[in-house]
Amino acid sequence: MNARYLARRFVSAFGMLAFVLVFNFFLFRIVDSDPLAKYRGRVLTAERRQEIIEKFGLDGSKWTQFVRYVRQTLRLDFGYSTDSGRRVWAVITEALPNTLWLVGLSTVITVALGLWIGAKAGWRRGSRFDKTSTGASMVLYAMPEFWLGMLLLVFFGARTGWFPVGGVRDLTRDLSGFAAVVDRLHHLFLPALTLVLAYLGSYSLIMRSSILETVREDYLTVARAKGLRDDEVMRRHAVPNALLPSVSLIAIGFGFVVGGAITTETVFSYPGLGLATSDAIKNNDLAMLQALFFLSSTALIVANLAADLLYGYLDPRIRRADG
Amino acid sequence: MTIATAGPSSPRQLAWARRRRSAARFSRQLLSDRAGVAGLAVLVFFVVVALAAPLLVSASELSATAGRGNPDLAPPSAEFPLGTDEIGRSVLAQLIWGARISLFIGVVATLVAVVIGSTVGVTAGFVGGRTERLLMAVDDWFLVIPFLPLAIVLAAVLGSSATTLAVVIGVTSWAGSGRLLRAQVLSVKERLFIERSRALGASGWHIVTRHVLPHTAPLILANAILTVPGAILAESTLAFLGFGDRLQPSWGKMLEGALSSGALTVGAWWYYWPPGLCIVAVVLAFTVVGRALERILDPRLVDRPMSR
Repeated sequence: MNARYLARRFVSAFGMLAFVLVFNFFLFRIVDSDPLAKYRGRVLTAERRQEIIEKFGLDGSKWTQFVRYVRQTLRLDFGYSTDSGRRVWAVITEALPNTLWLVGLSTVITVALGLWIGAKAGWRRGSRFDKTSTGASMVLYAMPEFWLGMLLLVFFGARTGWFPVGGVRDLTRDLSGFAAVVDRLHHLFLPALTLVLAYLGSYSLIMRSSILETVREDYLTVARAKGLRDDEVMRRHAVPNALLPSVSLIAIGFGFVVGGAITTETVFSYPGLGLATSDAIKNNDLAMLQALFFLSSTALIVANLAADLLYGYLDPRIRRADG
Repeated sequence: MTIATAGPSSPRQLAWARRRRSAARFSRQLLSDRAGVAGLAVLVFFVVVALAAPLLVSASELSATAGRGNPDLAPPSAEFPLGTDEIGRSVLAQLIWGARISLFIGVVATLVAVVIGSTVGVTAGFVGGRTERLLMAVDDWFLVIPFLPLAIVLAAVLGSSATTLAVVIGVTSWAGSGRLLRAQVLSVKERLFIERSRALGASGWHIVTRHVLPHTAPLILANAILTVPGAILAESTLAFLGFGDRLQPSWGKMLEGALSSGALTVGAWWYYWPPGLCIVAVVLAFTVVGRALERILDPRLVDRPMSR
């Protein structure tokens, strides 16, 4: 991969990150002229008032505030929740592992399953498998993922009692070892299933159209002329080439999953960053929202950078040209 | 000009005759697409319901006190065909008014997105150079930044009236159209008639409004129709997360009510099924109609199952 391609990707990622920082400050400290609105109407002594202003970093000129804000953010210090008064970072580190498990597990399953379905549907275009999977993908795409989650909760949780309707583990029992792991997975199942079903369609449709574009390529004719079996042509020649464009789309798809986790965790009261987000919305906890926006944007920027680098590594046309 | 008397040959008349012909061809093709017609029928139904909502149900049925004296979470009956919610209000009344709010926000958000996307895309593609790089960097940012967290922080700071929500959704979902339009403009720009027009001394403004925009208009239209379902889903998501007015519920807001009132655990299906089904029906209908339009406007796209 040439240095110029690398440098450009990194500069662009840093530019985006810098813009997130500026945007965040602009939105929460300048557009929103009164970040302490929730304290309005309460009787406060002058000292207490000063104390609150300092606690939330609202003293000094806008410029001083900006410099302090950038410095603190880079040290992952997001200040205090305007609702509970706890440190934002403490709340986030508590919730983060739960979300990583949920999003990580469901993304791996969704990508693997989605690419497989898409490849098969595209390769056998017009077959029953293709029609069924494309139709199902469109219906699932049209469903708000939280509604899908609510239906799953009703049928597999509330009505049948097969799965718990919320939380991350059974709080009434003190489990350890293998039993604890099983209990966690039991709680993880429905939220993960919701995310998998909700986003399966976008991956399979991407892969399907990607396969359709390779079907007419000359190298497939060559592979067939060599006498390879049909499934070998697909597995060894069509799929690897069709995977290329999917790489960067997977990074973008990841962005949808991050959004989907917010509503899904809300439906299943699953205590991760998504539930923290919807709680912050309900309590108008701006400090929390600001931090959550910064983190999710950073995650996506890094994911896109990784996809670009991987793409550059996989595709010799980009590796050699200056893309 | 003796020929002029022989038929409609003034440039204006010719242009109109051509437009009439292509409009007729277009509607014939659309009506021969079965999925497209079905989608269109669903859309017409929901639009009529949304427009006629005040005639069907009085707005007072939505007020916080409307359900006083009614049973809470009551199953469907003659009086309440779709039962009642947790404060005794008619679910059907909310569903009908919800159509109005969901469609309003979906359409206004799309208009905002399409105006921003087309302006950015056409400007970037046509002007080129440093302007293009700057605009595309902004476009990239909006593509990479996750949609929902961005919409959440905007709505949290700017407020969550129906109009504000529509603008927030529009502002956060134009990036794809911007990119698409730029690519289209770049290819139109290379066509011979643009060069001819330039050689004849046409200004940039003239070329954009008389040649580039008419050539991209069909794409803008198909793209707009495919943006609506995303906007409606976005609205339902934001409403579900707590934005929007409880007394002017959209379908997403109704689902929030169903979840927070415990309708799921008591099995009040009349509360959580209808709003979800309406969202799915409208989103599918817009997607199907948009795809039918795309197929007619650009036959090369037949293989593309859907654009997201």
